[in-house]
Amino acid sequence: MAELKSTSSSASPVAPRTIRSARHAIVSGETSAVALADSYYATIAAEDPKIHAWLALSRERATAQAHRIDDLAKSGELANEEALPLAGVPIGIKDVLVMQGAPSTAGSKILENYRPPYDATTVAKLAAAGAVLLGKLNCDEFAMGSSNENSAYGPVHNPRALDRVPGGSSGGSAAAVAANMAVATLGTDTGGSIRQPASFCGVVGLLPTYGRVSRYGLIAFASSLDRVGPFTHTVEDAAILLGVLAGSDPMDATSAHQPVPDYAAALDQPVRGLKIGIPEEYFAEGLDPEVRATVEKTADALRAAGCTLHKVSLPHTRYAVATYYVLATAEASSNLARFDGVRYGLRAEDASTLSSMYRRTRDQGFGKEVKRRILLGTYVLSAGYYDAYYRKAQQVRTLLTHDFLEAFTQVDAILTPTAPTPAFRLGEKTDDPLAMYLADIYTVTANLAGICGISVPCGNSSAGLPIGAQILGKHFDEATVLRVAHAVEQAQR
Amino acid sequence: MQSTSQTREQVEKAGKPEPVPLEQVLRVAELAQLELREDEQQEMLRDLNAILGHVAQLNELDTRDVPPMTQVNAGMRADAASEGAVDAGNVLREDSVRPSLDRAKVMASAPETDGTYFKVPKVIER
Repeated sequence: MAELKSTSSSASPVAPRTIRSARHAIVSGETSAVALADSYYATIAAEDPKIHAWLALSRERATAQAHRIDDLAKSGELANEEALPLAGVPIGIKDVLVMQGAPSTAGSKILENYRPPYDATTVAKLAAAGAVLLGKLNCDEFAMGSSNENSAYGPVHNPRALDRVPGGSSGGSAAAVAANMAVATLGTDTGGSIRQPASFCGVVGLLPTYGRVSRYGLIAFASSLDRVGPFTHTVEDAAILLGVLAGSDPMDATSAHQPVPDYAAALDQPVRGLKIGIPEEYFAEGLDPEVRATVEKTADALRAAGCTLHKVSLPHTRYAVATYYVLATAEASSNLARFDGVRYGLRAEDASTLSSMYRRTRDQGFGKEVKRRILLGTYVLSAGYYDAYYRKAQQVRTLLTHDFLEAFTQVDAILTPTAPTPAFRLGEKTDDPLAMYLADIYTVTANLAGICGISVPCGNSSAGLPIGAQILGKHFDEATVLRVAHAVEQAQR
Repeated sequence: MQSTSQTREQVEKAGKPEPVPLEQVLRVAELAQLELREDEQQEMLRDLNAILGHVAQLNELDTRDVPPMTQVNAGMRADAASEGAVDAGNVLREDSVRPSLDRAKVMASAPETDGTYFKVPKVIER
């Protein structure tokens, strides 16, 4: 696959900027925040026509912030390492998070040109920490998809192989980091939408515990499952960003009042003695042999680093996708009722009554997958079917969660493949929604159980496609997940 | 909605649900305020039945004594299986008067407004 070499970031002679190296370059005067932002915009202009990761750029806002950072750097106010940990660091935002300075479309025609009057808490926290927000990133419409092919604004191409999908739904967020068009990005993960694209594009993607990171300003898909988390080049960068993003938020009642540890400092603790669980259900039928071999090698590397490996069982795993698609669609049918053409977004022009205006607006504004999920969700919640589908799925969710709580009495973290295959080709699964849903088999479980996890690159297929290892951890134990991922990363070097 | 195909008991007994008929898909679309074009109707019918066929495997599990998981953060405690476990996570903020979004900024996003109210097509035909 000769064409891979020209676009592969690993073939690039210059290591990509990390958060620390970008901040240091600005503070030391090696470059300025304005020049750094300009260089990322230049890369976007050069690379993005073939990748299509960006939906909108917020150049005015980015430049104003960069000037502010440069002024602070000149006056010496950034000399303290703790001051503005993201000073001047160029970061991109998935389009389901609202941000002032650019439209927020959620990848949907129904929000085309919508300019939100406020920032999501995560966006505001990045800005307050000094980040330069470059713009908004392409994604599946309302984050519903596993390939980014459901974006109303066209698919994203995987920077590692342009004929392949970047994964989804945060495909633009993963591709932007992989193609060096941002130091880091924010994504969201409802059933794997951070971890799976991280795996497909060869970058790090972190799923925080439910409640760890505020969702205020996230355009909701399925509220009992949605999370916000970072994409980065390195595990250390993921730890730094989680430190900025985590914490309770008065604007999100589901955000937890749990102390936020120093995640970056936790990486220095050795992994020796940690117990790593290997669940047999995640190494069963349907797993690509190259992915299996690569993740098994990762397990060996962790053993070499002093971890002990333990077989664990998560017996309800095979029911996870069915459970997920009942609950996620039910919640989506409720959350997406707000798109009615009244307060914001699209309104159908040709309607003479209120009810026809609702229906025509939603018909014109929603894409096929969104309609499919609203229909399924409305069906499973409708009278006569609620107990058979929705309540049943909630009961199975209890069983799936208990599988994890039980496993975590025996082990500190769990190692699995992130996805059953490397990135598939554009168009390969678009005609078969069920086949697309089954690609989420290893990732939906963490969303259902509320636990945290990460996808970290662990090797490449013989065709040169990235393979990700998933590490799952206990509720609010991101520190251990990051430590183990760091050990996986070190073993690659 | 009154069942036009099968009852809950039938779903549970049969394992595999009977296919959902087109008229029911159209009824659900109406409930969801969705208009389906002719070409979309057959496709949605096919996809809905394929997905519900997969979902039917949940009926292999006996869940008679399993409480439904209604709060994610309640599930974070090992003892949360007991029904009615106190929710550990949700904390509401103090209900106090504070500034909210500026009306003009909010109305700027509306398709049609008189500056104070959102305007919509007429609700009742005279």
